[in-house]
Order: sequence, then structure tokens, then C-alpha cells
Amino acid sequence: MDGVHDLGGRHGLGAIRPEADEPVFHADWERSVLVMFPAMAMAGAFNLDQFRAGMEQIPPAEYLSSTYYEHWMHSMIRHGVEAGIFDPEDLERRTQHYLEHPEEAAPKAAKPEMVETLRQLIPSGDDYRREVEAAPVFDVGDQVRVRPEVSTTHTRRAGYVRGRVGDIVAAHGAYVYPDSNALGLGEDPHHLYTVRFDATELWGDEPGAANAVIHIDLWEPYLVRV
Amino acid sequence: MSVEHDTTAATTEDERIAARVKAMEAILVEKGLIGTDAIDYMSSVYEKEVGPQLGAKIVARAWTDPEFKQRLLADGTQACKEVGVSGMQGEEMIVLENTDAVHNVVVCTLCSCYPWPVLGLPPNWYKYPAYRSRTVRDPRGVLAEFGLRLPDSVEVRVWDSSAELRYWVLPQRPAGTDGFTEEQLAELVTRDCMIGVTEALRPDPAKA
Repeated sequence: MDGVHDLGGRHGLGAIRPEADEPVFHADWERSVLVMFPAMAMAGAFNLDQFRAGMEQIPPAEYLSSTYYEHWMHSMIRHGVEAGIFDPEDLERRTQHYLEHPEEAAPKAAKPEMVETLRQLIPSGDDYRREVEAAPVFDVGDQVRVRPEVSTTHTRRAGYVRGRVGDIVAAHGAYVYPDSNALGLGEDPHHLYTVRFDATELWGDEPGAANAVIHIDLWEPYLVRV
Repeated sequence: MSVEHDTTAATTEDERIAARVKAMEAILVEKGLIGTDAIDYMSSVYEKEVGPQLGAKIVARAWTDPEFKQRLLADGTQACKEVGVSGMQGEEMIVLENTDAVHNVVVCTLCSCYPWPVLGLPPNWYKYPAYRSRTVRDPRGVLAEFGLRLPDSVEVRVWDSSAELRYWVLPQRPAGTDGFTEEQLAELVTRDCMIGVTEALRPDPAKA
């Protein structure tokens, strides 16, 4: 969707503020939220594209002013409620309880089979490449235009390249199609390409973009031949 | 996650979030969907085992072993597997070589895609709006903010990670490092230079 998460090229978002010696986690709760991702995915609450789509539903002002793991929480609660894992009233009641008793920890329980699954999953991951019978429509060297239409649902067709012309520089085979997978309509794999744009095609003669090219990975249905 | 901010109580937003996460965790634990041991295990993997030191070792190896470098640039995923590095959020990795003529920099404008197996979890600045919005539009300005001023003759190549391919940068080997061991070289390779916002560190002449 054309939400505020689609940030490429927007102005006015300020300076980048790197933090010296940044810790991996800034608070204990971030550790829990990280692991809720595989836990809730394994429980069937969301796939990766649904999870991203959930973050895109955050109201814009909140999206821009909240932290990365808060975005995760938002999507987890949204999908957790839909999947029947969280009851909003129960979640609120328990939150109030922990606010009133901040010294109290969440209950502890071991789940060794999940540790074992993570031990396998972390070094292997979850491949999104798929075999398809359809031959790729485009070849390396082809000139393509990104479809300019608005998208009202999840897509990886970033706003700043829509309607713009670029060159295919790599063809990667087929991958799960986010636009379909995010809607729970199945994986519907399509061929994926890396498309290169001259900065001048995207931004005119803005000085910061001089002698620059921008690459972005785009699925076949996003593209038309020029 | 509430949008109403309670200004009367002394509760900070962080306390509010911590309470909300405890509530989520309690429900997931009670339903048998998460284990406290799993939280400890996975968070410790990314705090103690998987981080930019892995990418740094691979870069140092590529600087000293031309055949490995060739394999790394041809198929980043396989070359990383050779040295035991692979996994979640880096199922397929593409390594981009910086040269005198080309400087690569990586961003994800739509979320915060990042090659976890070689760099660990991303720093906050990589995930926040300023970097994500500006890197595709004013890459030279962004690099200058990190202290890297490139001559106009150098082509800047930006890579927006919008699919499941994960990009990272093989920086140029700094001058004055002839005779350095892989371990010494790895110390010059930072997370930031593998994102492409800086160059590798120059060796300290006092130690040379």
C-alpha cells in the first residue's frame, strides 16, 4: 500500500543519528519481541509478507515516531488477535497488571523443542525461492518501466520507482510473490529481477544524486517492457 | 502501542511497552507457543555469536585469497557457507565489490532488510526513516554525513533490498596493510563499511 513506510526519496525526515557502540538490544523487552517473530510464525499467525503488511497498517504519525520493535509488536498483536492467540481485553488487563507491578516478570516455561527448532532455523533460514514452469519474460539488458498504478494492498513496488524506466541487470529466478502472499492468497511465485535506474531518471539533476545509480529488486508483474 | 499518551502518571513509554511485552509473553508462554529458554537462546545468538565480526572475517579472507574473493563475488551465499556462515535473513546473499571507480551502499526503503548472518541485527539508524528515505535520493549527502566524501568520478551504486536477496559490501583493502594477517585485517573491517556508508579503517601507523 502507499503508506508512510514507503520512504524512498521522501524529504524532511532529518539527520541520520548513528549511536556509538550501539548495543544489540536497547531493552530487555526487545529480546522477547525478536523471538516472538519465529514463535508466532510457527504458530501460523503470519507469514513474512503478512507480518510486513501488518507493520504498514500502523498510523503514519505513530510509525514515524515509534521504534523498530514497536512496529513488530504492532503487527504481532494485529495478527495475533486475528489468529485468536491474543484477546485484546485480556492483553490490556495483563498490561495494566504489569504496569502496576513492574517488578513482576512474565511467567517462565521451558520449551526445549523450540530451542532445537531455532538451532536449526537460525543457520538455515527460510528460502523464498520457488521453481516455476513459466520462462522469464525479461532478460538481462532489457529496458522496463515499473507499473505506475496505485497499490492499495501490500507490495514491494516502491513508490519512487513507479512509472520510471530502468534496465534489468540480473534475473534471479522465481520467488514467492509478496503481493499475493501478504493477502493469504498463496505464494503465486513470479520471476524476480534487479533493475537499475540512473539517478537522473528518478530525481532529475539533483546534485546529491550525481553519478549515481539505484538498484531495486522487482517481480515480473511489476514491470512492462519499454 | 496505545496512541493515547498518559501524561498524568509517571509511567514512561518504555515502561508501558515493557508491560505490554510481558503481557504478550505471558499469553504466548501459557499457550505453549514460546519458551523462556528459546528467548534466552535466540537473543544470545545475536548478542554473542552472529554479528559483524563474521562478515569481517569473510572480507579479510577475500582480501588475502583471490580465489575465495572470486567465489564470494560470484555466489556470496555459497562462499559464506564454505566458512560456516549462513542463515535467517541471509538465505541468499549478494556481495558487492568497491573499487576505485565504484562505491556500493545498501538500504531497504520499505522496511529494514539486512544480511543478518554476516552483520547481525541491524543498528537503529539503518531502520529509521532518515536513512531509508535519503539514501536512494541523496546518496553522496548520506555518505558525507558518515564522513565519506567521494570524488565525483566515483560512481555510487545504491542497492535497495526490496526482495529476499540480501546485499552487502566488500570494501577496498586499505593501503599500508601488506603483510597483515587475516586476523589483523579483520580488525579494520567494520559493520558500517560492509553496509557501504564508510570505508574500511586505515591501519594505525603506530602498530604497523
